[in-house]
Amino acid sequence: MAEKLATRHLSAYFGQLCALHDINLAFPPNVVTAIIGPSGCGKSTLVRCLNRMHEVVPGARAEGEVLLDGDNIYASTVDPVMVRRRIGMVFQKPTPFPTMSIEDNVAAGLKLNGVALRRSERDRIVERSLRQAALWDEVKERLRRPGASLSGGQQQRLCVARALAVEPEVLLMDEPCSALDPISTARIEELLLELKTSYTIVLVTHNMQQAARTADLTAFLYAGELIEFGETRQIFTNPGRRETEDYITGRFG
Amino acid sequence: MDILQPQHTNRQYEEDLRAVRGSLLKMGGLVERQIAEAMEALVSRDTPRAREVIARDTEVNRMDLDIDEQCIRLLALHQPAASDLRFITTGLKITTDLERIGDNAVNISERVLELNEEPQLKPYLDLPRMAAAAQSMLKDSLDAFLRDDAELAGKVIERDDDVDQLNYQMYRELLSYMAEDPHTIPRATRLLFISKYLERIADHATNIAEMVVFMVKGRTIRHMDKKKHE
Repeated sequence: MAEKLATRHLSAYFGQLCALHDINLAFPPNVVTAIIGPSGCGKSTLVRCLNRMHEVVPGARAEGEVLLDGDNIYASTVDPVMVRRRIGMVFQKPTPFPTMSIEDNVAAGLKLNGVALRRSERDRIVERSLRQAALWDEVKERLRRPGASLSGGQQQRLCVARALAVEPEVLLMDEPCSALDPISTARIEELLLELKTSYTIVLVTHNMQQAARTADLTAFLYAGELIEFGETRQIFTNPGRRETEDYITGRFG
Repeated sequence: MDILQPQHTNRQYEEDLRAVRGSLLKMGGLVERQIAEAMEALVSRDTPRAREVIARDTEVNRMDLDIDEQCIRLLALHQPAASDLRFITTGLKITTDLERIGDNAVNISERVLELNEEPQLKPYLDLPRMAAAAQSMLKDSLDAFLRDDAELAGKVIERDDDVDQLNYQMYRELLSYMAEDPHTIPRATRLLFISKYLERIADHATNIAEMVVFMVKGRTIRHMDKKKHE
């Protein structure tokens, strides 16, 4: 199978409002795919449909299919909690549980998933996840300190570690650097390149240079429609559609 | 970057891009004039005019540096993409070709200074024809750049063969002079150099045209079908 995750005629609604219209996209494994587009174009709605977070909003619904390894995650037999375990998510602002310790933050997903673990096993997963998130060396001496004691960039990497602890297959990142300084942003971007060797990554970003730097593929969304999808290099040097051209060269409105 | 495209939201960026375009066309105009004046100095054996061309080269060089700086600033401050990126990188390369054409005009003028020290070897007919062909290629390549006209650029590229052909003709003709009378060698060689400079000018115009095709279509045609004649 060439694709890890795919949408088939995916449309999303908030009540009567159609936020996404007939999206067909394929996310290959071990690739960073960026989703770009102006505010309100449906980027976040799209990623939230990919792990059934969209339907959590009252009145919101999705139509069409999202295939994970070829199986529709919207099938009636599928448990959304299992979907979210296989498809992890990191949000715009770092969202550590402020009063929980760093290690409890990392293990929180396991706990919520009802996984009972021996102490040693739990420690092993915490260390592995923090290492993968490139945070271990900075926090290994203070794992019992609260998550809120970390800097913004560290908190975001803590959230990445928390998402990785449950061993997802796909990682969705919704503007993961928008609240971070350039150095923390560079860390996260470097992290993305490392993580893609093990995961399939979907990155929503407003920062077009970030998409250009980190993504192999880029999808451009406008007003709920998929306008163009292709290799990042192509999109940023010679896009096929006028709408894409205008957006990435800064001709808005 | 065509005229019908909507403007950039960032007005400073829009203005800076326009400024680069304006500077390139101004430099192109100056270089066209340098060729014309150098050829005029040859045909009318006008030594002061040849010296003027040589002196004016500092202006061409200054514009080259100026345009480079404008382009680098745009790259650093605005992270241009797509057609803007192709426009700026094309601009950076066009300025180099224009600067070289300017140098060729200087070289012609230097040979004119030497030629004017001796009696005229022969009537100058083919060299002005070559110059006219090379100049019109340059003019059209710059028009193609201004109008995003890949078709016109394509026609410029085709015309390079004509100038190469004229250069070869000059070579054969001057060779026969030299074979007949070795005393003509210093003058004939200088005329041969001028022919070569004009042929190089046509090559630079071809380079510009090829880059215009890249800028408009996003597709590179350099170093593909046609081998450059050296």
